[in-house]
Amino acid sequence: MKTMNQKPKSRSLLKRIWRHRVLYLMILPPIITVFIFHYIPIYGVQIAFKDFSTKLGIWGSKWAGLKHFKTFISHPFFPRIMWNTFWLNVVSLLFWPSSIIFAILLNEMRSMKLKKVCQMLTYAPYFVSTVVVCSMCRIFLGRDGLFHMICNVFGKDFVNLMGYASAFPWINAVVDLWRGLGWGTIIYLSALAGVSAELVEAAKIDGATRLQVIWHVDLPHLKPTIITLLILRMGSMLSVGFEQIFLLQTPLNLDASTVISTYVYETGLVNQQYSYSAAIGLFNNLINVVLILAANTISKKVSETSLW
Amino acid sequence: MKRHSKLNRVTLYDVIVALIVVVITIVVVYPLYYTVIASFSDAAEVYAGNTFFWIKGFTIDAYKNILKESEIWIGYRNTIVYTVAGTLYNLFLTIPAAYVLTKKDMPFRGVISWYFFITMYVSGGMIPTYFLVRNLNLINNPLVMIVGAGVSCYNLIVTRQYFSTSIPSDLYEAAYIDGAGDGKCFIKIALPLAKPIVAVMTLYYGVGHWNDYYTGLLYIYKSKYFSLQQVLNKILTSNLELKIDDTMDSDMIEHALRQYRAAQGMKYSIIFVGSLPLLIAYPFLQKYFAKGIMIGSVKG
Repeated sequence: MKTMNQKPKSRSLLKRIWRHRVLYLMILPPIITVFIFHYIPIYGVQIAFKDFSTKLGIWGSKWAGLKHFKTFISHPFFPRIMWNTFWLNVVSLLFWPSSIIFAILLNEMRSMKLKKVCQMLTYAPYFVSTVVVCSMCRIFLGRDGLFHMICNVFGKDFVNLMGYASAFPWINAVVDLWRGLGWGTIIYLSALAGVSAELVEAAKIDGATRLQVIWHVDLPHLKPTIITLLILRMGSMLSVGFEQIFLLQTPLNLDASTVISTYVYETGLVNQQYSYSAAIGLFNNLINVVLILAANTISKKVSETSLW
Repeated sequence: MKRHSKLNRVTLYDVIVALIVVVITIVVVYPLYYTVIASFSDAAEVYAGNTFFWIKGFTIDAYKNILKESEIWIGYRNTIVYTVAGTLYNLFLTIPAAYVLTKKDMPFRGVISWYFFITMYVSGGMIPTYFLVRNLNLINNPLVMIVGAGVSCYNLIVTRQYFSTSIPSDLYEAAYIDGAGDGKCFIKIALPLAKPIVAVMTLYYGVGHWNDYYTGLLYIYKSKYFSLQQVLNKILTSNLELKIDDTMDSDMIEHALRQYRAAQGMKYSIIFVGSLPLLIAYPFLQKYFAKGIMIGSVKG
């Protein structure tokens, strides 16, 4: 009885597959390219557990177990690198709400024309490449740069900020802020457009001031968007901005600007300790996955908003 | 009546809000503005701090010098090729895949979706990917700037979202009844209606290619294949040395100083030349970008 039921079913599955053959054909190329460029490197992660030798290649090299992970964790630089990565992100996160505040300000504006102009102008830095943004930062803060001249105008002594390790996280965060401030508002503004006008009217009739409307109507409305973006931000805690940090590095600020991703690049591609740096990269990825899962779980419990 | 007038009157609150926004906007735009006016000003004036607000000692010498820098133009040419070819490659892979993933009655659709989504959270990382590229003989090969996974998962989701919400499925039903196959449905019905999302994806991928520095840094070492960003970085981070010693008389020192400042000043114009295409284009493109963000956020 069962087999009789199953047979037509499996035949119909094949039939359905055959009927959609063109669809499979359409999605086959990306399946192949993703397999090559994403899944093969995932398989290649095993290099982290091996002692790579150029002669033998990844597949032929001898297994080394967790040796490279242990080396990294017991490396004298390890606490430094972990702390830098963590601190850089904490400082960046401090500026994270600025887009929300700016979006609310824009939303409060009466003149639509002025609002449009301000929006468009603040988008501009988002389209400037990381290379150019970081170069601008270096030039402006450098000896003949804008910062020096502003110091002169105010009669203050010039300080080479790029040379101070402790200033690095703040410089990095301000660069982040500059690039993302305007662009980050788009998603909040589109959410704010969905605030019901009736609710705002009702609040006003009840005597709420405009600040109270923002606090009790606008912000609760934005909450799911804010939390979703925050979770995504948490998940990329340890991997953000390789390019930007790498490009802002100077020999003088290396003490604060060596983070996991730049260390992977340096040990792997510059010093060619492939297995060791792959192990660090994997370590980094694992922490990211843990962080995003943790952030997701916490937000599910606290606010019933989650990514999946 | 009173409330009505309250709603329309411009209050102190409005003025303060507008003022804050304008000040923030000025602060954000100022570094770009300063770069542009500094690039058109005499290097000595820039150095003396006379160009805070407007061009002083107008000159296009810096731009004339750039014209002689063949490196920049090679970078420009390469990046244009990489951007056009790379974006076409991305579109060719992303758009059909997104369409296919909207077909609910296709067997294994869920599995295939997950196959793509996993790549968002799990990756091999820098070193294993480097080995793959090396084994494919793509080091120092301009192809590496164009081909790759080709599908960004985020873009795939956005495009899929567009197909499933903006194109009514009745249209396909009617076509199926008329005997059209899946391929015909995609080309004749979905694609013509998907122009907005194709525009959004062209921009997302295009800007990504144009500003891409990472790929070149890792895989391209020959300067004839350098991308524009690599060339820009090379020039902009080159350390200029001011050579002055005791044997020089005041004229020579003056000359050395002038050269040093001119070289320094050229950096402003290089920044401007390197960013110009996108800075010109983005005001026209930004609404498409914004649209993409909004389609993506609906998923939530």
